Amino acid sequence: MTKVSMSVNGKTVSGDVEGRTLLSEFLREGLRLTGTHIGCDTSQCGACVVHVDGEAVKSCTMLALDAEGAEVRTIEGMANADGSLSVIQQAFQDHHGLQCGFCTPGMVMSAAALLKENPKPTEAEVREYLEGNICRCTGYHNIVKAIMAASGQDVSAIAAE
Amino acid sequence: MPKDHGIGARSKRREDVRFLTGTGHYTDDMAMQGQTYAVMVRSTVAHGKIVSIDTSEAAAMPGVLTIFTGEDFAEVGGNPAGWLIHSRDGSPMREPKRPVLAHGKVRHVGDAYAAVVAETYAQAKDAAEAVAAGTVIEELPAIVDLAAAVANADNRVHDEIPDNLCFDWGWIEDNREAVDAAMKSAEHVTVLELVNNRLVPNAMEPRSSIGEYHPASGEYKLTTTSQNPHLTKLLVCAFVLGIPEHKLTVVAPDVGGGFGSKIYHYGEEALVLAAAKKLGRPVRWTAERTESFLTDAHGRDHVTKIEVGAKKDGEIVAIRTTTLANVGAYLSNFSTATPTFLHGTLMAGPYKVPNVYVNLKAVFTNTAPVDAYRGAGRPEATYSLERAIDKMARELGLDPVEVRRKNLITPDMFPYTTPVALQYDTGNYQATLDKALEMADVAGFEARAAESKARGKLRGLGLSTWIEACGIAPSHLVGQLGSRVGLYDAATVRVSATGTIQVMTGAHSHGQGHETVFAQVVAEKLGIPEENVEIVHGDTSKIPFGMGSYGSRSLAVCGSAIDRAMDKIIDKGKKIAAHMLEASEGDITFENGSFAVAGTDKAKSFGEIAFSAYVPHNYPLETLEPGLEETAFYDPNNFTYPAGAYLCEVEVDPDTGSVDILSFTCADDFGNVMNPMVVEGQVHGGVVQGIGQAMIEHTAYDETGQLLTASYMDYAMPRADDVPMVTVDHSCATPCTHNPLGVKGCGEAGAIGSPPAVVNAVIDALQRGGYAHVTHIDMPLTPSRVWAAMRG
Ligand code: FES
Ligand code: FES
Repeated sequence: MTKVSMSVNGKTVSGDVEGRTLLSEFLREGLRLTGTHIGCDTSQCGACVVHVDGEAVKSCTMLALDAEGAEVRTIEGMANADGSLSVIQQAFQDHHGLQCGFCTPGMVMSAAALLKENPKPTEAEVREYLEGNICRCTGYHNIVKAIMAASGQDVSAIAAE
Repeated sequence: MPKDHGIGARSKRREDVRFLTGTGHYTDDMAMQGQTYAVMVRSTVAHGKIVSIDTSEAAAMPGVLTIFTGEDFAEVGGNPAGWLIHSRDGSPMREPKRPVLAHGKVRHVGDAYAAVVAETYAQAKDAAEAVAAGTVIEELPAIVDLAAAVANADNRVHDEIPDNLCFDWGWIEDNREAVDAAMKSAEHVTVLELVNNRLVPNAMEPRSSIGEYHPASGEYKLTTTSQNPHLTKLLVCAFVLGIPEHKLTVVAPDVGGGFGSKIYHYGEEALVLAAAKKLGRPVRWTAERTESFLTDAHGRDHVTKIEVGAKKDGEIVAIRTTTLANVGAYLSNFSTATPTFLHGTLMAGPYKVPNVYVNLKAVFTNTAPVDAYRGAGRPEATYSLERAIDKMARELGLDPVEVRRKNLITPDMFPYTTPVALQYDTGNYQATLDKALEMADVAGFEARAAESKARGKLRGLGLSTWIEACGIAPSHLVGQLGSRVGLYDAATVRVSATGTIQVMTGAHSHGQGHETVFAQVVAEKLGIPEENVEIVHGDTSKIPFGMGSYGSRSLAVCGSAIDRAMDKIIDKGKKIAAHMLEASEGDITFENGSFAVAGTDKAKSFGEIAFSAYVPHNYPLETLEPGLEETAFYDPNNFTYPAGAYLCEVEVDPDTGSVDILSFTCADDFGNVMNPMVVEGQVHGGVVQGIGQAMIEHTAYDETGQLLTASYMDYAMPRADDVPMVTVDHSCATPCTHNPLGVKGCGEAGAIGSPPAVVNAVIDALQRGGYAHVTHIDMPLTPSRVWAAMRG
């Protein structure tokens, strides 16, 4: 066991982990931040996406020890300071961008990373960026719509109901 | 003005807030005091005799608490099939025992024959490897190919079942001769052999179960990823472990998608309960994705020959299908109903075809069990039919649209009884067809095709006019047909003293949004704000009973039970109001949340009546009990029959065979729509699963029974950039005539109607592009398959 410390959602945390402990396991089991989900064992689904030092990372592909000293943000840290939904979260609710909710944390984290690097993405750019996030429920229609709406674009024109 | 409240409003989903903030509670999110971890030891061969299992080394490893093998469950019951099918000769289907852990033989890769429970997951996993190393399995030849399974009587999945045949079913056997005669004398017969490709449902949340046991009370609790916790409870108690039913609570908390795969009871659920009892500690198990691929019930996997007899003008005179359906190594709970009564009964489609006969043989193989996956039998029927009709139209030189129009049942013909025993209550198939043609701008297609051609691409348009039968019912009829369960549902409506409401429903929401939509239904009828209504689901200790959510039944069946319970609440409220208002009960009306004396301004609000029921000071106590809580069980008297027309437009690159789906248009009839936003979301998701089946998804076993597609690296799931926006309309509504809400199921429609539209579009593109020899390509239409077909 080795001690690891990092900042998660603005709070400094630490814990004892094995060398093989994944960041996703540390978040879920060590910190009980279970909003980060595990949907696969081959780094394909994106349910586990978090931000590490501002970059979207699949937390199942990173060892907890490699996040030593990092700034980590998870879905639990995405709402506004007053607890209300952030613009992206609100857009997902407004446009029905989630059904079972299992892929949702990863989708929201990926969407936030996308809009940071590309504040006004086209539909094609959103679809391409989400390549690493699988959703089995929504058919992506409303996820794409929600992300474009969150970027301030008028979605009534581009996305038929 | 669109409504902002109650039935028909686009109410935002209340469940979203927890999912968007990471505060949902899925099974694997729950931590239990003193919890332990189970890991299953699974067969790596498809078929083998278990010679010996030596657990001694594993048992001595750090943290290991207990190890189970098939031997430990040899004396308890098996996981049963929920539907008894009889073969054409009258004999009952063959039902091999499906044990908690394999015993004697392993029958598919992933079949669990032992389980280790340890203090940590890592310890359990290490010890499971040691159990595997201590096990000797003598490999037997695998039975994978359907035709070979039936032909080779010596190689058996189950030693007692000689030709690997579960049953040989005819529907309807009495139709057979007439169908044969009509086919023989038909002016034209189209023959099509096709494969309905095997799929893995792939809910994004892997299966997970936690067992608990309290020695002092003898009570068990199972928290599990289930679409119907009550059925799981019944199966575990009555069939598998013999636990008294009042001693087991099953909770299905937030569940991350199901699509059928979580309807069923699985061995891991029994295992964690048995282990929890043995250890007196909670035992948890969560599937890795590879385990999900290996052991979740798969879907489809039919090989079908369909014949359509027609007149030269395209009028269909007979339909005959012969199918081999794979049921895998064991019978999953609905595996025998899916290829039969959910498939054969739909083979007339929305058409006025006089003669239909379906023959289906269900075959055991050394593969994972196959059962209902979104659509369940109806996608298979629809695909066969809609592909064959397209082919027939081409062979006769007719327009596929006009051929369908000619054969569609017309609105004046309802109720319409098909030759395969369903009675469609209502519909307007012409209306949805016209709507789809208009929405997809079919009139402008030729111009778009010319533009594609100028770029060297082939454009095609594909249609499917689909119908489905969902909300399966009624119980007395399905009982005659072999169902071993009832197909009613139950609800309790509990009004509190302050007038707020809890509804306990037997439906289970794993993405469908019941917490929001059911509250809309209740708010509308009782004239109260939606936020005053709470929907409780997924906990057998709180809910009277229920058959869960699958087969697009939640609103039609469970919603109707809620409606009936509300009727009882209103009836009782009228009695209370009559007393308080000193009027006769017959004069009391209830509207917009107010009980009033007809023709006067005397009234009591819903809240006042509720308060009076719990504080019965001015109350007819001699004739009426206090309190305001009612339960209803609702058994529908028919299926509901949603229908619609789907159009898909594609572009094929003739150099590579790659297909681009340019647009997908849906005109659906779901009867009355409670929340259009949610309904459209269901269609989007279903259509994309159907596009997945048509274009990329494929479950491949090699000849030794190894699953080649056991991860997301190998099994292609539709990603955001594989699919277009999906245009959905549900305005051509004919309300269901036999349920109180006038609703039809919408959850499976997309997955049922879309695959043939996609394939028809690709064939259309190739035909228009001069590849006249390509009349069919089996799904999935990968570039290599399309390319090979073009050059074949
Ligand atoms: S769990 Fe990390 S990508 Fe699937
Ligand atoms: S909402 Fe269920 S997987 Fe995306």
